[in-house]
Amino acid sequence: MQFMLLFSRQGKLRLQKWYVPLSDKEKKKITRELVQTVLARKPKMCSFLEWRDLKIVYKRYASLYFCCAIEDQDNELITLEIIHRYVELLDKYFGSVCELDIIFNFEKAYFILDEFLLGGEVQETSKKNVLKAIEQADLLQESQMSSSKSGIEYPSSCRTRAALKVIPPTLLHWAMMSEADGDMAIEVEPSHQYSITFYCRITDGNRRAV
Amino acid sequence: MALKMVKGSIDRMFDKNLQDLVRGIRNHKEDEAKYISQCIDEIKQELKQDNIAVKANAVCKLTYLQMLGYDISWAAFNIIEVMSASKFTFKRIGYLAASQCFHEGTDVIMLTTNQIRKDLSSPNQYDTGVALTGLSCFVTPDLARDLANDIMTLMSHTKPYIRKKAVLIMYKVFLKYPESLRPAFPRLKEKLEDPDPGVQSAAVNVICELARRNPKNYLSLAPLFFKLMTSSTNNWVLIKIIKLFGALTPLEPRLGKKLIEPLTNLIHSTSAMSLLYECVNTVIAVLISLSSGMPNHSASIQLCVQKLRILIEDSDQNLKYLGLLAMSKILKTHPKSVQSHKDLILQCLDDKDESIRLRALDLLYGMVSKKNLMEIVKKLMIHVDKAEGTTYRDELLTKIIDICSQSNYQYITNFEWYISILVELTRLEGTRHGHLIAAQMLDVAIRVKAIRKFAVSQMAMLLDNAHLIASNTQRNGICEVLYAAAWICGEFSEHLEEANQTLEAMLRPKVTTLPGHIQAVYVQNMVKLYASILQQKEQAGEKEAAQEITQLMIERLPQFVQSADLEVQERASCILQLIKYIQKLQVKEVPVAEEVIALFAGELNPVAPKAQKKVPVPEGLDLDAWINEPPSDSESEDEKPKTIFHDEEQRHSKPRHPEMDEEELARRREARKQEQANNPFYIKSSPSPQKRYQDTPGVEHIPVVQIDLSVPLKVPGMPMSDQYVKLEEERRHKQKLEKDKKKKKQKKEKRGKHHRHNSLHTESEEDIAPAHHVDIITEEMPENALPSDEDDKDPNDPYKALDIDLDKPLADSEKLPVQRHRNAEALKTPESEVPPVEKKSKKPKKKEKKHKEKEKDKGKKKEKEKKHKKEKEEKSKDKKKSKKKHHHSEEEMAESVQNGTLDDEPLPPMSSYRLLAENPYIKTTYDIQGNLQNDSQVTVSVIFENKSTSFLKSMELNVLDSLNTKMLRPEGSSVHDGIPVPFQLPPGISNEAQFVFTLQSIVMAQKLKGTLSFIVKNDEGSTHEKLDFKLHFSCASYLITTPCYR
Repeated sequence: MQFMLLFSRQGKLRLQKWYVPLSDKEKKKITRELVQTVLARKPKMCSFLEWRDLKIVYKRYASLYFCCAIEDQDNELITLEIIHRYVELLDKYFGSVCELDIIFNFEKAYFILDEFLLGGEVQETSKKNVLKAIEQADLLQESQMSSSKSGIEYPSSCRTRAALKVIPPTLLHWAMMSEADGDMAIEVEPSHQYSITFYCRITDGNRRAV
Repeated sequence: MALKMVKGSIDRMFDKNLQDLVRGIRNHKEDEAKYISQCIDEIKQELKQDNIAVKANAVCKLTYLQMLGYDISWAAFNIIEVMSASKFTFKRIGYLAASQCFHEGTDVIMLTTNQIRKDLSSPNQYDTGVALTGLSCFVTPDLARDLANDIMTLMSHTKPYIRKKAVLIMYKVFLKYPESLRPAFPRLKEKLEDPDPGVQSAAVNVICELARRNPKNYLSLAPLFFKLMTSSTNNWVLIKIIKLFGALTPLEPRLGKKLIEPLTNLIHSTSAMSLLYECVNTVIAVLISLSSGMPNHSASIQLCVQKLRILIEDSDQNLKYLGLLAMSKILKTHPKSVQSHKDLILQCLDDKDESIRLRALDLLYGMVSKKNLMEIVKKLMIHVDKAEGTTYRDELLTKIIDICSQSNYQYITNFEWYISILVELTRLEGTRHGHLIAAQMLDVAIRVKAIRKFAVSQMAMLLDNAHLIASNTQRNGICEVLYAAAWICGEFSEHLEEANQTLEAMLRPKVTTLPGHIQAVYVQNMVKLYASILQQKEQAGEKEAAQEITQLMIERLPQFVQSADLEVQERASCILQLIKYIQKLQVKEVPVAEEVIALFAGELNPVAPKAQKKVPVPEGLDLDAWINEPPSDSESEDEKPKTIFHDEEQRHSKPRHPEMDEEELARRREARKQEQANNPFYIKSSPSPQKRYQDTPGVEHIPVVQIDLSVPLKVPGMPMSDQYVKLEEERRHKQKLEKDKKKKKQKKEKRGKHHRHNSLHTESEEDIAPAHHVDIITEEMPENALPSDEDDKDPNDPYKALDIDLDKPLADSEKLPVQRHRNAEALKTPESEVPPVEKKSKKPKKKEKKHKEKEKDKGKKKEKEKKHKKEKEEKSKDKKKSKKKHHHSEEEMAESVQNGTLDDEPLPPMSSYRLLAENPYIKTTYDIQGNLQNDSQVTVSVIFENKSTSFLKSMELNVLDSLNTKMLRPEGSSVHDGIPVPFQLPPGISNEAQFVFTLQSIVMAQKLKGTLSFIVKNDEGSTHEKLDFKLHFSCASYLITTPCYR
């Protein structure tokens, strides 16, 4: 994988991870170009596109687009799976993750990504292990900091949270393998099954579907 | 201090943290830039503070701003400061920031080497982990070289968490520092069988990535991977392995045969689409590499096609897309099996997703046959009419042309039909592929002699209706076809029926609005036309008509003489003078036609696109040599020869964005073509389709009827290609009937059968005879052309450097550099000095036993080897005399390879190591390095090399201390005690130990006498041996070496 970008429907970059060394200028150019191309695509279109000599695999989760660039011979479906896996990880870590979680805790989102992928390759296929590593590293951080910061209060202006809807693998039409002792299940869910639901989250945690 | 801490944390309370910053940015939507610049000022203040927590917070905020697109490279040094914080919390942020914004151009990156090395060896696995993750993003060639050895050590770390990361990052290191591949590979290979599945999968990942680029070096691993493939249940790993096999099989067809079975099994059994897709892809690759001789060859292809059909039929767009993609791979080698799914693919042409339609178009290319070409193109033409958006329509257009022109117009039976298709395509508004259509028209007209008459009549019609095509000349690419039309009409003017009318059309005032290069062609070709009319009239004896036509030229040409385009102007004025001269002659009643027509005599033959390249260079001709001295100024913009070759190359490479803007490019090309057309000695090359993709500038849809409402949309007299379809059918039917008749006559008895056979409409391809006798002139090639094309490999391929033979034994010069002086921190006390060395010695110890056994078994052999080795040694000694630097002779390395000690810690590559002492048993070399941490200490690294066939043990090193320089001994030992060397040496093995000396003054050179005592143990028993030496401390050896960076 060459790079991963997360951006919002408005085209705002939320996360970027480059596994190939590029200058800032190039990165910006690529980002701008890709965000435009991907946002211009209609929802029913397939998640792959050829771009320069790379293949772009993207997927939309609620208001966020996850977009990966892979090389010619790479497997598109496994890339979709990687994206989905990452979203699941975020979801588990933050607890029904939403765009705001990623904005306000962007460093955490990076840390999770770094535990999951390294140098563009999947490093840990077991969700459990990734979360364990992150939790332990966090614990290390907490013990070092005298004043531990517990949950972050979001500003009142952005109290509504639209959760990224993450379908548990069991609901998917071809959920692959059981996640036996942290081993690697591969699920690729067809996009049409993917209903995007928005949730409003009131501060007390009650949810209602909009 | 405590106060400072408190103060710091109070300060922090007033600082913005990341959340405040994000919130602030969201609240300042109107003046975001201003707010952020204010924040950056604050951050700059924070970075100036001593408190690392404040700094880390500032860096964290900067990382966020970096994502928003702000330049934070100025803070690179602060980031390094945060990286080197002792607390994990800050370190983590530092590394994150570094991984986000460091790149090879970051100059402070070299300062990180030591810090990273320290973090890599940190006892806390998360420190190491975070350093590895960071490094994976910003590793540079320098960092890779300096840290390769450290990372390699981590590959054998006790914790799988670290091993896994270290293995993965090695790939990045290899890319940056290819020399590290060979020394590190044995260990990487070991990791394929690591007990931890994560590490194993990481190793598979890395080797697969390596093998994909340079498969031939990894063929020897195939059995191992085969075992892994059949045993693994991890789909992630399986996919990688299968991909690897896909890369290996083209090199080793036998492997392919073995693979087919497990792969087909997987295809049948797996429910994971990604795995299925990978398997299908690899099976395709395997089958491509297997030319023949496979029994169930067709069965597996059939299976793949079936599975792909399921994918394509799926309602999921992604699967549909991938199915079509994989199908196109099968198409290349097994077109027949794909052709049976034509229905499905044509159906995909109607899909609402454009990318799927494009994929289906790709497939169509291979589905055509002589029989169905017209039908498919007809369908595509309907799509062209329906298509919204210029991109897709342009794509359709290029595909139609591709499909028709493929393999030398193999499938076209009726060129009249093709010309009319091309003419129909000219009605596309706003397409950018006018030049493509033009190129096809030219190509067909030049190469298919039989079609010229028809082509000329069509082109004349186009010229006559030029106002429809060129309604909006500036932005309309389609007017390019007029270029072709004018040229064809001029060149083949003898076929024109109404030459006068065409000439008139070309002389219309409206023509002057066309682009310059087209006008130039107009001017040139109207003379050809004029010449042929003149000849016609003269032969018919119509002198007045001849003079009339001359008069017309003289009247109309001045409008071109006034052209702003230089080319047009020059040609027009030249020709005007010529015609005025002709007029004078005409008045004198001199017959001129013969001479005028002689201007354009001779026939043009098509030349193959690569012909120029293939002309062999005559012996003794050096094309690179300067004929004249090179001009000093850089102004010479004569790029013509360059562009010629550039064009030729582009045809075969992937479409890329043109660097020059289209107009410029087109102008140059046209200018060149024009030049060639004018040159009677130039044999015109056959234009071939040239793909070019451009960014669409939005929808530029200009309605046709805009100009003249009275003009019907269908250009009068223009043939509709559809009618050819009908004609063709009729013709074929007739042919068939005729054949039937013949056959009936021949075989009256079998009439019934034949009749049924024919009614089933199963005529074979060969049965369809072309409508006209079409003779496609093949392109000319120069005599004794070079037979093969050289591979156009990209010299800048980053992976090329990794094309390294991994089976060759490791040479000494390839060892990873170990920078000892940086380790000096670990050597503060003699106790702490020992552990790293002990680690190294473990392996030789393990091998001790093996060696003994070996020795017993192969005692005799060893003796022979010994003799041989001694000879070599003598040779190498000679070498040493001349080159003192190389102390590790190659022979020594070769020996260690035999002993299988490749994985041992590599020795420092080259060296500043000098000879300490030597006897038949042992050779010692040493190097002195200053200690970074402690000014009054130096570290002496001594390499002990066992030259004998005996076992050396209980080595002890002792030095007579001087006043200035003393050896650092463990506490409690006396000055006369020696220091034991912490390892034993099996035969032929060398190892290194380090000793620390303290010194008073660094301005005094010293010579210390010392003794190395050791026990030699062999089959005959053990003896005690001693070796005296002098340790020479020069003043220079106290200097601390620092690596230089450019």
